[in-house]
Amino acid sequence: MSPPPPTFDFDGQAIPFRPGQSVGAALLAAGIRSWRTTRVGGRPRGMFCGIGVCFDCLVIVDGQPNQRACLVPARAETDVRRQEGSGHGNLS
Amino acid sequence: MAISRDSSADARVDVLVLGAGPAGLAAATAAVHAGARVTVVDAGPTPGGQYWRHPPGSSPPGIGQHPTTRVYRMLAETVRARTRYLSGHDVWAVERDDDGFAAHTVHEGAEVTVHARRLVLATGAHDRSLPFPGWDLPGVYSAGGAQSLWKGHRVTIGPRVAVGGTGPFLLPVAADLAAHGARVVGVFEANHPRSWSRHLPAVTSSVGTFLRGAGHVATLSRHRVRPRVRHAVVAAHGDDHVEAVTVVRLTPEWTVVPGSSRVVECDAVAVGWGFTPRLELPLALGCTTRLGADGSLVVRVDDHQATDVTGVYAAGEVCGVGGAALAVVEGELAGLAAAGARAVPDRDRLARLLGRRAQLRRFAQAIHEVYPVRPGWLSWLRPDTLVCRCEEVTVATVTNAVHELGATDARSVKLLTRAGMGWCQGRMCGTGVAALAGAEAGTAATPHAFAERPVATPIPLGLLGRVEKPPLQPGPAPVPSHNRKDRPL
Ligand SMILES: Cc1cc2nc3c(=O)[nH]c(=O)nc-3n(C[C@H](O)[C@@H](O)[C@H](O)COP(=O)(O)OP(=O)(O)OC[C@H]3O[C@@H](n4cnc5c(N)ncnc54)[C@H](O)[C@@H]3O)c2cc1C
Ligand code: FES
Repeated sequence: MSPPPPTFDFDGQAIPFRPGQSVGAALLAAGIRSWRTTRVGGRPRGMFCGIGVCFDCLVIVDGQPNQRACLVPARAETDVRRQEGSGHGNLS
Repeated sequence: MAISRDSSADARVDVLVLGAGPAGLAAATAAVHAGARVTVVDAGPTPGGQYWRHPPGSSPPGIGQHPTTRVYRMLAETVRARTRYLSGHDVWAVERDDDGFAAHTVHEGAEVTVHARRLVLATGAHDRSLPFPGWDLPGVYSAGGAQSLWKGHRVTIGPRVAVGGTGPFLLPVAADLAAHGARVVGVFEANHPRSWSRHLPAVTSSVGTFLRGAGHVATLSRHRVRPRVRHAVVAAHGDDHVEAVTVVRLTPEWTVVPGSSRVVECDAVAVGWGFTPRLELPLALGCTTRLGADGSLVVRVDDHQATDVTGVYAAGEVCGVGGAALAVVEGELAGLAAAGARAVPDRDRLARLLGRRAQLRRFAQAIHEVYPVRPGWLSWLRPDTLVCRCEEVTVATVTNAVHELGATDARSVKLLTRAGMGWCQGRMCGTGVAALAGAEAGTAATPHAFAERPVATPIPLGLLGRVEKPPLQPGPAPVPSHNRKDRPL
């Protein structure tokens, strides 16, 4: 039997990933299509361009907001969180 | 933040290739074989660019079967073995320095500057997107985005997928999705490729490329998918993600045929309207551009792929969207010239490359003529449709800027509405805003308004100040003002 795939933490949920996958791709494979809300309309967003140019897929990675989920490689130690608005809580 | 000045003894190489896609890999290989010392820089984790995208630790799909994977293997092996290949290095600025050029890159949050005597710009393209009602819903992807998620990460965008837009690229996108477990509920091509007959000479001279298209159609028909022409996805529906799309039949000018609208259930949709060359670096260096056959701004080059800035060459989609085969030919020409091989021409080789380039450019031209973006798409918009995804600017806000506030072109619309001033700097909305502003104001669309960007990629704040000589004219902040407090990307 093959060992279980590695996982990273997404708001308390363990998300399995394949080596080389981005955080965004792993979330999508787990059936999660959005992880951000927009600043103005509070609308949900996920990935769109897949190659780092649209900035729709922004997410908080290890405490840093505004990371592009389609580019950040998934690693077992990564802590990934949903991003609301600008990603700074009430600070901005 | 750590700064590396790349001060190793022989840091200044002969040729620096920016981009490791088909064009960049071919340029680097040709330059190495011509005796130059070469550095290759790419933002991605693996060489190959968009066409040969593959997950780290694997090979491009179909290796051993597809004829071009042999080309990939040969090029990538040369680049790995005989050049300094820097993956994961995002170039945010290039500038002239005393003895050539400096490229400023960000690598894992740290700055790395690379120097070279001559440059080959091979940064490729991104999808050309057009706004439509619901295109901001999660589950809507650009066609290239869907393809890159499959090719690079082995993820299909959803269990039931619609594919729409225009151009031959829709076929491999749909075929890959169908072949890897997604149910393709439809492929909707807005143009009618009937007009191909006028372009037979261009087609027959590029039979290989054309047959690959036929192969995708065969794959689709095995999965019982028959692409529909003169059809389009004109709206996506759902509360928090795509649950269905509206599909319509189109007139030749792309307005909706009355009564043809139907709703098709699906979980995801991939939409593509061609590609837009990534011109930030060529424009920052002052390279002259021209309007390409598909209406995009492209870099002007000569027979050696030289731009009109001395020492700067360009190859691949930045010189006009024409596919991977053309990118490889242009890359080889650029690599030879940048290595100084111009003086010792292998005449036969040069003639063969130029002949092939002309042939493939004719084929690309034919494709652009058969699959243009026609003006009727503007009629699919509603006042509340988002045009700019980042700044959440609606169609109504843009029309208001023209009719109430006196905006006369895309540039003034941008200043009045903030459309195109968000995170993506107009990469996603530029085509749409320019077309909408032009149509409302009765002026020509101005692609230039969105092509120039102060930095090619977002950078940690404070980095700008560290470069002794500002590489670019003082311009807008590197990241949008509301994000000023953001920490490094
Ligand atoms: C998302 C996407 C997917 C595509 N998929 C296919 C496909 O499956 N099949 C197909 O036939 N065509 C595809 N294309 C079309 C594509 O343009 C090909 O024709 C071909 O890859 C073009 O080759 P190129 O070398 O000109 O550019 P690319 O292949 O785009 O290579 C450009 C390279 O430059 C790098 N780069 C760009 N800017 C920077 C920067 N500032 N710093 C560092 N590196 C940078 C990129 O990471 C990339 O690796 C796709 C296009 C896109 C946008
Ligand atoms: S999906 Fe576009 S930047 Fe990540």
